[in-house]
Amino acid sequence: MAPLLAMSGIKKHFGGVPALRSASLEVAPGEVHALIGQNGAGKSTLIKILTGLYRRDEGDIQFAGQPSFLSSPGEAQSAGIATIYQELNLVPLRSVSENVVMGQEPRSFGFMINWPEAHKRTRDILSRFGIEIDVTAPLGSYSTAIQQLVAIARAVSMDAKLVIMDEPTSSLDSSEVEILFGVVRELKSSGVSVLYVSHFLDELFQICDRVTIMRDGQTVGCREIADTSKLDLIAAMLGRDADEIAAEGLTELAGGKKAYDEIVLDVDKVATGPRLTDFSMTLHRGEIVGLGGLLGSGRTEAARSIFGLDHTTTGSMHLNGKAFKPSEPSEAIRARIGFLTEDRKAEGIVPHMSVRENLTLALLPSLRKNGQIDLEREKKLVSEFIQKLGIKTSHMDQPIRELSGGNQQKVLLARWLATRPDILILDEPTRGVDVGAKREIQAIIRNFVDEGHAVILISSEFEELVEGANRIVVMHEGKAVSELTNPGITENALVKALAHHEDAAT
Amino acid sequence: MTSLTSEGPMRTDITTRLKHHGGLVALAIILLFNIVVTPNFLQAQTLAVNISQVATIAIVAMGMTLVIATGGIDLSVGAVMALSGALAPLIFLSDFGTAYPALGLIAALLFPLVAALVCGLFNGVIVAVLRVQPIIATLILFISGRGIAQVLTNGNLQTFSNPEFSYLGTGKILGFPFQGWLAIAIACLLFWLVNRTVFGRYLLAIGGNERAAKLAGGPVRSVKIGAYVICSVLSGLAGLIVVAINSASDAARNGNLMELDAIAAAVVGGALLQGGKAPIFGAILGAVIIQLVKYTLLANGVEDEVALIAKAAIILAAVYIQQARKE
Repeated sequence: MAPLLAMSGIKKHFGGVPALRSASLEVAPGEVHALIGQNGAGKSTLIKILTGLYRRDEGDIQFAGQPSFLSSPGEAQSAGIATIYQELNLVPLRSVSENVVMGQEPRSFGFMINWPEAHKRTRDILSRFGIEIDVTAPLGSYSTAIQQLVAIARAVSMDAKLVIMDEPTSSLDSSEVEILFGVVRELKSSGVSVLYVSHFLDELFQICDRVTIMRDGQTVGCREIADTSKLDLIAAMLGRDADEIAAEGLTELAGGKKAYDEIVLDVDKVATGPRLTDFSMTLHRGEIVGLGGLLGSGRTEAARSIFGLDHTTTGSMHLNGKAFKPSEPSEAIRARIGFLTEDRKAEGIVPHMSVRENLTLALLPSLRKNGQIDLEREKKLVSEFIQKLGIKTSHMDQPIRELSGGNQQKVLLARWLATRPDILILDEPTRGVDVGAKREIQAIIRNFVDEGHAVILISSEFEELVEGANRIVVMHEGKAVSELTNPGITENALVKALAHHEDAAT
Repeated sequence: MTSLTSEGPMRTDITTRLKHHGGLVALAIILLFNIVVTPNFLQAQTLAVNISQVATIAIVAMGMTLVIATGGIDLSVGAVMALSGALAPLIFLSDFGTAYPALGLIAALLFPLVAALVCGLFNGVIVAVLRVQPIIATLILFISGRGIAQVLTNGNLQTFSNPEFSYLGTGKILGFPFQGWLAIAIACLLFWLVNRTVFGRYLLAIGGNERAAKLAGGPVRSVKIGAYVICSVLSGLAGLIVVAINSASDAARNGNLMELDAIAAAVVGGALLQGGKAPIFGAILGAVIIQLVKYTLLANGVEDEVALIAKAAIILAAVYIQQARKE
């Protein structure tokens, strides 16, 4: 059978940065097809190109046997592609019927909306999915699951041939998920294709026929779901197999492995909310402790709790033997903790400000002299760090936004090193920087630890954890579930530990 | 402008320079126009009149610039002017004020400023602690502030004769209006605050990226509150000056539409509405441009209503230049 949708050789750049290098996707009629990949792998870019939100640079799209050049979501909709977004694009204050028939209301006399007909049509569509609700009530009075189903019903009522679902279950509970799966199966049996994007791998095995895996803007595989395993999918998403690791070589994090006996930080059964429910770890001087886990496992939340961003509801922390319960970042900073956040743009740089002002932002209170900033000292300090970390900038007063990602990251690292921290929490310190800068940043971290400080490292780059960490605390669903100790950690062991808990949870 | 950009690198350089100093160019054009067209423009008296009027706009616009730098906006400045302006004569005309003129004068200067400070605290707390959008938060005092002022004065015009107090609006030092000196002194102080102190650095960092500033240990709340307090106190001061100029306090008119002039002056001066920039002297430049446009039209017999349209055109041009600069 000819595929309903065939995308091949799709390329897309954003201001010189490739988001899609060579992506392809094929969906058969009446198929439930999964699209998976890590954050930044290019899934959403690919979908936005498909639905006409972005225009592709290169590549070919065939939909329903014809070349497709959609340039707006509206065109996609009339071509038969419906998208159910994570954030629902419905009108919560209007009735269920209005939401379903919006844009194609049944008319009487050509200008008045025929409401009885609209309600009847809506009821018919919903009952196909086994949902009986009052369609005249405002949509917002129903649960997220029902709202999501209404969005799907709307798509079906427009004779969609392909329904794209982006993380449809992320806000549903398990019984609601079952209702959704019922709807997906109903769509499938009536010949509608579903493109299913999800981070929850277990779901794929329940409802999908095939799965396409993306990594770094490329499609790296397409498999029958029956012929694959979860471990297989995780390895493919992360791009980890023995040959590749051998070819890539080592990180700069390897080296000194001697940790001191002195415990600097002891976290005991800390919880901050639903996303971090039971987190324990210890950190010694001269040690890197890695936090392992998949997206949403609570790694970032763990870091936030130590830095005083999320308040602990239960559990306790001890810093150098003393009880520690920071209520704000400034308190954690005074206790000599630094936190390099994952999202450089949203939480790191102040784009309008210069390299100098960005670098000293966390240090300001101690630069105060006679009521003003000691500019002499500031300049001296900044030029020291620019030299020491090899930050490539034309001048320390150059706006930071003009620097490359790697150099911005070095400035942010210097922001924390300048506060002379004892503990550095690094959340994806080498994400989005090129290979050269990556190695330099890793060397800076190694050096910092070898001076007798301690690092908590969160990284999706498994080799950084495997080679750099003395120990890895494995997290799953907000809990610290196991611990791996070096020497002896291999990528396989780590992947297995992560997948094991994924399996155990089902 | 567009025809210039298409003609090679040399010309492009000129246009970018024009964009960066658009305010100064506009000022030069207005001055030139006035020297040629407006009768008696180059008289000392014309200068004095303009300075005495522009000072209040400039003082409020500088405070507004600080608030805008945090990514906020303060709609209540005009109402705060009315409130502080209504309080001063109430104090020195009171039994206490007439019995002890010296003390009464000090209280009449100090107490309205304290009231303004409380208004700023109110705005700041609602914005920074309760996290209400600034435009809504400051709308509260925008509406009620003037109301309170009118209730305090029973809606009456308060006229008075108090030379010491009126010095604030009519005094001269070296032939230059007192409030002009005051505006310059405040500008120097705020310039130092923004560019040399920890407070100023945090102010710009919060406007530039609030989450980053907080993660770097910045005292986001207190800095934001500080910006609103400074803005309100400066508005209070401007309210006193207006009352001193007129030797009368009219709660219904004092500072009326000042919020628009102040925002316009700040924007014309180069403040970014999304925050992160605090061009203090730019605010003065913006105030001068707005004042001169008003004066030019008035002096040449154009009606007040038309002057409003001209003001809108200036703001439009300033915003356009700002957008173009972002590219």
